[in-house]
Amino acid sequence: MSHQHLFALPRPGLRWLPVWRRNFLVWRKLAIPSVLGNLADPLIYMLGLGYGLGGMLPQVGGVSYVSFLAAGTVVASTMNAATFEALYSAFSRMHVQKTWDAILNTPLSLDHVLTAELVWAASKSLLSGLAILVVIAALGLTTSPLALWVIPVIFLTGLAFAALGLIVCALAPSYDFFMYYFTLFITPMLLVSGVFFPADQLPPALHTLANWLPLAHAVQLARPLLLGEVPANALVHVAALLGIAAIAFSIATVLTRRRLLK
Amino acid sequence: MAALSIAPALAHAALHVSGLRKSYDGNEVVAGIDFTVSPGTCFGLLGPNGAGKTTTLRCCLGLTTPDSGCITLGGYPIPQQAGAARERVGVVPQFDNLDPDFTAGENLMVYGRYFGLKDATIRARIPDLLDFAGLAGKEKARIQSLSGGMKRRLTLARALVNDPDIVFLDEPTTGLDPQARHLIWERLKRLTASGKTLILTTHFMDEAERLCDRLAVLDHGQLITEGAPRELISAHIEPQVVEIFGDDAPAWAKTRRALGERLEVAGDTAFFYCRDPAPLLAVLSETPALRYLHRAASLEDVFLKLTGRELRD
Repeated sequence: MSHQHLFALPRPGLRWLPVWRRNFLVWRKLAIPSVLGNLADPLIYMLGLGYGLGGMLPQVGGVSYVSFLAAGTVVASTMNAATFEALYSAFSRMHVQKTWDAILNTPLSLDHVLTAELVWAASKSLLSGLAILVVIAALGLTTSPLALWVIPVIFLTGLAFAALGLIVCALAPSYDFFMYYFTLFITPMLLVSGVFFPADQLPPALHTLANWLPLAHAVQLARPLLLGEVPANALVHVAALLGIAAIAFSIATVLTRRRLLK
Repeated sequence: MAALSIAPALAHAALHVSGLRKSYDGNEVVAGIDFTVSPGTCFGLLGPNGAGKTTTLRCCLGLTTPDSGCITLGGYPIPQQAGAARERVGVVPQFDNLDPDFTAGENLMVYGRYFGLKDATIRARIPDLLDFAGLAGKEKARIQSLSGGMKRRLTLARALVNDPDIVFLDEPTTGLDPQARHLIWERLKRLTASGKTLILTTHFMDEAERLCDRLAVLDHGQLITEGAPRELISAHIEPQVVEIFGDDAPAWAKTRRALGERLEVAGDTAFFYCRDPAPLLAVLSETPALRYLHRAASLEDVFLKLTGRELRD
């Protein structure tokens, strides 16, 4: 007997919304500490490095360091929020609380559950990124109406990292496994994607390689928008993030089916 | 004539399984089983740990694809139309997976939404469901504040949120105290009385004997017998059992095999299976050093005879 069905493309349908609502309902109970937690850490970095380190620097990429750092902070905290949700929270629901098992006994399928988790993690990262965007605007670090286009960029970035995170979740034997993902992927990416310093400071080979990373695409969309410019090659970056999200989500779906529906 | 009378019965079966096989890593967990559950009855799937009960249930619900075989649940082919079949099915899983972040009422509301039910419909059902589960007034209770028995009953209420025709129960009373077990049994009887079909796995033989209209014993992935509890007892086992306990009991019994049709020894207990226990009881009454228990044969005796006494893991 073949197991072709395990490799089929995701077929989410439209029934995943109640699962998204379930996660939203849990989040709502803990919303204030959750948003404050997601907001405080990146802002401390942005303001600390931006004004502290920025005071020693003339200009970075043609603007003050804190303005340069603002876009990187938005997308990096979006990445973190989506990643944490798709790793730790999704893993809790899948493996520890067996919430997914309970849902799979209803008419919903695993594809519905995974679609809900993907969109939920992206939604939560949207809240996180949006909160920082509001603070950045309040501090006067962005003034252009183009900055509003950062909102869909945040959601797209969230989708890409949620999908990547769901792959790791599908493979994880325990919470400890996630450390590898952070140490080997997330943290290096944070340093080479142009979040803290212009990526062209990197050795050329590394710079070329880093340009392929999802966070680099997100930075190259968000930074010009916050500075009031239309991003160069915007469609390429959008297509790259969408492509990463679609491919990663398909892989995550196949891996999770193999884990849970065997 | 026989073929003609079977066909409509299958078409209306709550669950029909034939030739079901499923292997994991070359190890055949379900090795070709067939059974049919009639609507409105309680069907028990018994077997020691690792016999293939849970895998069979997972196949029936469309959660795993069998290697071969044919399953129809509520008239739908499984796994092809498992989603549609599960619209009319409730499941009480072996391990509670209630949402710990929600109250009892929220658990029912959120679960009902997975079936596409409107909030108003679910809200109207919640008091009845909680009442049925003996949890009236607990709508706002947090899951952590509920006892094990209460959680189990809430899981049962949750399985009924879509008013299913068929309810699967995987070891519904494992880990519960006797009071909680009796309450669950009483509720399950009410469900069959109201016309629902129950399919349950258990390794409590008293539970199976009380609840099931029919049951099947599964071992090493195969059905080794199937029938009504009383039929199985009369078909497989002598009607009377005398258990003799104590360190000397096995040795004593082995020299007096002829007093029963069959003798089994497990640890410090000797089991005599008899049609007529009078001669054995007469001897025992003259041997006051031995303690003994005379009882009617039960399903547990059948189960142990068919699946053996050695431990399963």
